[in-house]
Amino acid sequence: MEWRDTGILLGTRRHGETSLILDVFTPERGRHAGVLRGGTSRKMAPHLQPGGQLDLRWRARLEDHIGAFTVEPQRSRAAAAMGDRLALSGLNAVVALLRFCLPERVPHPALYLRSERLLDLLGQPDLWPLAYLRWELALLEDMGFALDLGQCAVTARTEGLVYVSPKSGRAVTAEGAGNWIHHLLPLPPVMLGQGEAEDSEIAQALDTTGYFMEHRLAPQMGDKPLPEARARLLDRIRARGQRTAP
Amino acid sequence: MREKNPIETLIDLMARLPGLGPRSARRAVLHLIRKRGALLAPLAEAMAQVAATARECLNCGNVSTGDVCPICADEARANGILCVVEDVADLWAMERAQVFRGRYHVLGGTLSALDGIGPDELRIPRLKDRLAAERVTEVILALNATIDGQTTAHYIADQLEGRVALSSLAQGVPIGGELDYLDDGTITAALNARKRF
Repeated sequence: MEWRDTGILLGTRRHGETSLILDVFTPERGRHAGVLRGGTSRKMAPHLQPGGQLDLRWRARLEDHIGAFTVEPQRSRAAAAMGDRLALSGLNAVVALLRFCLPERVPHPALYLRSERLLDLLGQPDLWPLAYLRWELALLEDMGFALDLGQCAVTARTEGLVYVSPKSGRAVTAEGAGNWIHHLLPLPPVMLGQGEAEDSEIAQALDTTGYFMEHRLAPQMGDKPLPEARARLLDRIRARGQRTAP
Repeated sequence: MREKNPIETLIDLMARLPGLGPRSARRAVLHLIRKRGALLAPLAEAMAQVAATARECLNCGNVSTGDVCPICADEARANGILCVVEDVADLWAMERAQVFRGRYHVLGGTLSALDGIGPDELRIPRLKDRLAAERVTEVILALNATIDGQTTAHYIADQLEGRVALSSLAQGVPIGGELDYLDDGTITAALNARKRF
């Protein structure tokens, strides 16, 4: 068995003294693991940081074997992220969430494309939080928990949407909310692609997507807690929002 | 099953050491036996002593033979500068360079979601205690230039911000490094950290 593809490195684990097990996300084969012999060498170390883009060749005798990779680095994203706290937290959150929810060897081409584009924006701190929010919405959709924010679940109106139902994931207007108002999640305009996309608003939107990750997605993943890296990113976005608030 | 003789046991144990396999362990043991007086006996004695006395320094996490390591015990090194490193091996590397004359703080790892290492597993609370107790004025974050290393550095910086001056090691072209052979990440970091010439 053999294939060649590009991929995003999600993480590594030591395998013996000189080898690593790479965990990569590829467009055609989804999340995939394989052994990289000599992966602990000093020459390879800079290329094997999470988020790095690699050209991968995988070989195994049988399809279900773990197999061995040979890799050619394409571009590193670590240097762009390391100097900036927000970017570094973002990179950690993306990689941790992909590891958290992606099953092995199931292709997710649309999510792959979005993840690659998101990681390429790491050096642009102004765009990054909004791009990250959109990526989380896409992640939920790809995992089967898409939010339906097009019209009110109660009144079918398409304007004045200000809440999300935690039960159905559908948008709700203020008048449609009625007595349930205290049970609903906020739907800031940024989730609808409207408004200024301030950091504080993005953080509020991420609280809403976080609810669905915690209560819908995580139970499907064996009820594991959400990665701490996501919480740290949220703290950073909130802190930046407070610093820049008038 | 036949019981192993002491030489076979020694070979098995040596083969577990990093960088050694069964074949190289056999060669090493044979060499030790041939140099019994000059190597084997002193080595056995040194190992027995280390086994009996080696422990973590209660102050910094360095490995030493007493409760407090020689660096922490040396008053001349209490200059108010604390260098935070990931591991004892990193402390030894810094000491080999003979440039830094302050004290160290060994974290014992880095934050890692994959390995389940959170802030509580590292020696960060002890680091905070030391700031006041040792009148620290500057903390140098000498952590590895990896995603985990820098995530940890930023986390510590968040915790200590406003209490003490913070600095970190520069990142860029190594001594003897040729640009043609450097990875793009290192070149990016070097360019970002360029200085006036």
